[in-house]
Amino acid sequence: MSIVNYSLIMDKQYITLISYGHFEKDFLATIAECITHEYSYPVSFDESYLDLSKFYDPARHQYDANKLLKEIDSKIEPDAFKTLGLFRVDLFIPILTYIYGQAFLNGRTGIVSLHRLKNELYGLSTDENLLTERFKKIVIHELGHTFGLKHCHTPACVMLSSTYVEDIDQKNVSLCAKCKKEIVS
Amino acid sequence: MSQNISILIVDDEASVRDSLYNWFIEDDYQVEVAEDAKKALSLLENRKFDIVLADIKMPGMDGLEMHRRIKSLNKDCIVIIMTAFASVDTAVQALKDGAYDYVTKPFDPDDLSHLIRNATKQISLVSENETLKENVIQLVNIEDIIGTSDPMRKVLQDVASVAQSSSSVIITGESGTGKELIARAIHANSSRKYFPLVSVHCGALTESLLESELFGHEKGAFTGAMFNRKGRFEMADGGTIFLDEIATISTKMQIELLRVLESKKFMRVGGNKEISSDFRVICATNRDLKKMVNDGTFREDLFYRLNVVNIVVPPLRDRIEDIPLLVNHFIKKYCTSMSRDLVTIEPSAIKRLEEFEFPGNVRELENMIERAIVVGNGKEIRLKDLPVTKEIVQNNIESLDDLEKKHIAQILIKYDWNISRTAKALQVDRVTLYNKIKKHELKK
Repeated sequence: MSIVNYSLIMDKQYITLISYGHFEKDFLATIAECITHEYSYPVSFDESYLDLSKFYDPARHQYDANKLLKEIDSKIEPDAFKTLGLFRVDLFIPILTYIYGQAFLNGRTGIVSLHRLKNELYGLSTDENLLTERFKKIVIHELGHTFGLKHCHTPACVMLSSTYVEDIDQKNVSLCAKCKKEIVS
Repeated sequence: MSQNISILIVDDEASVRDSLYNWFIEDDYQVEVAEDAKKALSLLENRKFDIVLADIKMPGMDGLEMHRRIKSLNKDCIVIIMTAFASVDTAVQALKDGAYDYVTKPFDPDDLSHLIRNATKQISLVSENETLKENVIQLVNIEDIIGTSDPMRKVLQDVASVAQSSSSVIITGESGTGKELIARAIHANSSRKYFPLVSVHCGALTESLLESELFGHEKGAFTGAMFNRKGRFEMADGGTIFLDEIATISTKMQIELLRVLESKKFMRVGGNKEISSDFRVICATNRDLKKMVNDGTFREDLFYRLNVVNIVVPPLRDRIEDIPLLVNHFIKKYCTSMSRDLVTIEPSAIKRLEEFEFPGNVRELENMIERAIVVGNGKEIRLKDLPVTKEIVQNNIESLDDLEKKHIAQILIKYDWNISRTAKALQVDRVTLYNKIKKHELKK
């Protein structure tokens, strides 16, 4: 399936979410609402398919995020605004044991995954609301990188670097004033 | 903080270099990459990096050898060795060679964050330490010893010469000439500068108190000794002990002092355990110790033990050309401490100060200036603000010619040989001033 880019519909810039795997419509709508609230851009949706086996590392039982990111970036329209690939699989980069997401700094593409955000992975009971909150934060964070934002040291800012899910839970879903100002400028 | 930290990533795998590069860039570090040791060393020759993350296994020179070479270029560089194949031998070798840490790939993201954060903290501590060390060196060397006169230049040369050794020094000079300041300068320029400088005012203590002060005491050694107490000799271990007014110590204390100086061992008052201490001795006195030796009031053996080097600090009246500098220094000091605008000083006041005997030397001058700032009009120190009367002025009779020459020379120095300003201050025209300079053979 080719990737349809709605970015230039009606001369508006859109942030596009492309699902690679099944995501509920309501879930996506919640994420989109959060994105628009934070970045003031409308969101468009798409679904796509990738043969993920090409990105799988059998030694690590994980999927190469660098390669996935480059793949998605190569397939979107040249004048696409911002695109975020949504995954459910466990992502890695060579030097780290896992990542939640990855994006090109000041670029137009990013990817995020639900996998490491699930409570069940840590031996805890399922919590869909918490999962949604965590996913929102990862999405806003990676999109922040595409807007040129680096990691922030303000404790509650969504751009604070988070290595554990508990760190993600501590921060807000929104940008701090300094980061907001940086995007505007 | 991240913005000031530079990281060099050395790994032959492009995916590793790219991943680490992106990771650190997102945290606002300055990052560069090198695909092998040769490229890395070439980069390091041209710029300094705070942290190097290096893979062990690379074609050509391996990470451990590269690490040794990095340390020879910059011993403060933090090197973290990475490997996908950990072994105890290489880990031990890396750490023995001075690596900051040895980590296996892939890293837990939290571990990598902690590692870099701790390395950054270490860099910050090292930098802060260097700054503090420089402050220690600056403290006495430059700001507080004021004087460009020949006698003071000699004193500072003597300080520079003697500082590098651990030789005992006796500083002689009248009261208020700055003997303690000279002692501090010697200590601050010596290899002992990072250890204590312990001062003891021998003249202010009775014999028994001085003994306790110098040697310390054990609990119960005498009435009132409720706790053990370290003495000044112990506290000066590695550093310097400054014994002010050394001429006032009793004969008994002279004997004890000689014993300690010779053996560097002593016992606390009331104690039975021998204590060693490595200290350097600097003494000060306003008395003529040689005369006291001849009179039999100071032990000759102690005198020669202490007087390896003698520095004589001149009285203020022998260095009047330093008075304007000292006055400016004290004006700045006290105006700043009183949060006032800097005041000036009228030429007649400076002139009177240069004629004054100053039995109390620099200390007396400092007190005068401080008082003048307090009682003055807040803009200028005038002659009437200074407690100097005509009767106290020097009695040396000089000819008018000598007085004129001296006065013109002082004003020329004051205005740094600016002819226009000097002429204006003297209320003569430039031609007259040039003629006077020629007449008195004054030279810059």
